[in-house]
Amino acid sequence: MQRLRTLVVDDEPHIRTAIERTLELLEFPIADIEETVTFGFEEAGSAEEALEIIEAGAPEILLLDLKLPGMSGLDLLERVGPKMSETLVIMITAYASIETAVRATKSGAYDFLAKPFTPEELEHVLQKASRHIVTAKQARALAAEQRQVRFQFLSVLAHELKAPLNAIEGYLDTVIDRTAGDNPAVYEEMMRRCRTRAQYMRKLIIDLLDLTRIESGKKKREITDVPVAAIADLAKNTMLPEAEARNISISVSCDPALVLRGDPGEIEMVFNNLISNAVKYNKDNGKVTVQCEREGDCVVIAVSDTGIGMTEEERAQLFESFSRVKNDKTFGILGSGLGLAIVKKVATIYNGDASVQSAPDEGSTFTVRLHDAKVDMDGANM
Amino acid sequence: MEQTDGKRSILLVDDDKDFLFQLKAQFEAAGYDVLDAHDGKKAVALLAENRPDVAVVDLMMEKADMGFTLCYKIKKKDPTIPVIMVTSVTRETGLDFDATTKEERSWIKADALLDKPVRFEQLQRTIARLLKG
Repeated sequence: MQRLRTLVVDDEPHIRTAIERTLELLEFPIADIEETVTFGFEEAGSAEEALEIIEAGAPEILLLDLKLPGMSGLDLLERVGPKMSETLVIMITAYASIETAVRATKSGAYDFLAKPFTPEELEHVLQKASRHIVTAKQARALAAEQRQVRFQFLSVLAHELKAPLNAIEGYLDTVIDRTAGDNPAVYEEMMRRCRTRAQYMRKLIIDLLDLTRIESGKKKREITDVPVAAIADLAKNTMLPEAEARNISISVSCDPALVLRGDPGEIEMVFNNLISNAVKYNKDNGKVTVQCEREGDCVVIAVSDTGIGMTEEERAQLFESFSRVKNDKTFGILGSGLGLAIVKKVATIYNGDASVQSAPDEGSTFTVRLHDAKVDMDGANM
Repeated sequence: MEQTDGKRSILLVDDDKDFLFQLKAQFEAAGYDVLDAHDGKKAVALLAENRPDVAVVDLMMEKADMGFTLCYKIKKKDPTIPVIMVTSVTRETGLDFDATTKEERSWIKADALLDKPVRFEQLQRTIARLLKG
């Protein structure tokens, strides 16, 4: 329920009273957004009086008679216009000439009401106005929320980018100033850590570019028949060195003939991130199993590991940007915190979803369902 | 554990493996006994057995305000142990608890608040000042 402050400015008291009576009983449902509006009546007999009220706080709707004693309606609009950027102005006029209409519109009037008007005409104008106000309000709230999300994302990003730099800078200071004693092995290890942190910083930047490309939708997508098994093998081979170093096996079970309509780059992002996680969060000597199957009009990709697993609480935020599980078992495991956010974004583009099943210390299975991508008439892909 | 050999002991708590590794190497080279923990839980366990001469605590660990909690626990064990809180979150995350005024600083129970990246010599100076006072 929203009550819209409505200021009626007219020098004829009976008109103000008539409008008040109509407003009192008026209630409109706003379709689509499940909102109802009512109207709060305020009145002024002159522009001067209205000016005072507006300066104390602009109303949402201003019903303004053009012809007033003293300051005219148009003069009032010109004076308070900048203060009323969110006020809808409805002109009440007895002589709706084109000239006054144009002047009023230039001063920001939204609609007209020609005198004399029936309660039905007033209702009609108000219904149109209130719909406009409510949807505009919603659009503003949405924009503000998006700005806020964007700001938070950037803040966290800055933090995530600074962390590896801090580590590297700290190591370099230590090495240059030789403040860690005389053992050369310690300094060598520090240089190795510098390299690792730099590599992960690059990974973060690449993930970030992937994510923004998906989000902006500006990347040119190339929709073809993607051979799923080949892409899965590609991703497996990328992770093989790290997996072999820790004696983790990766097996891919996928029909070589399985194809999915989509962009090969996007499908590869899904495999890369899921397999990389399955190795990173695995135990030494563990197993990674990748299974791909067609189920009707979608392809189901399931990546299982025998790793550290997660509690239900840890699972909750998993697919959000920069959310990483922090506990004893993940200490020292590096990551951008964007991998699963990317997987989820890609799944969304393919009208699919991403989910996880997991048990602490037993392992996790990530399941992604992707529908075949459709190509519309313009050749643009959705 | 009482210090009998005249060596100073320091408790280092940070969930960044590299920050911990650097500081540990540096403080050990500077002649400290180093107790290191990568989360609040381990730090609390170390505190139960030891009384460090000084503590360096990261603010944001497994929980966003773990540093505050830990700081409180250290002070509860012994209010004379100086605690230095290091953080990289204040400025850039919008999680705005950067304590700029005296009043804000007094509310945080740490004796000093340093922004990451922290140079070792800066930490040493801060520790020297806190241990003297």
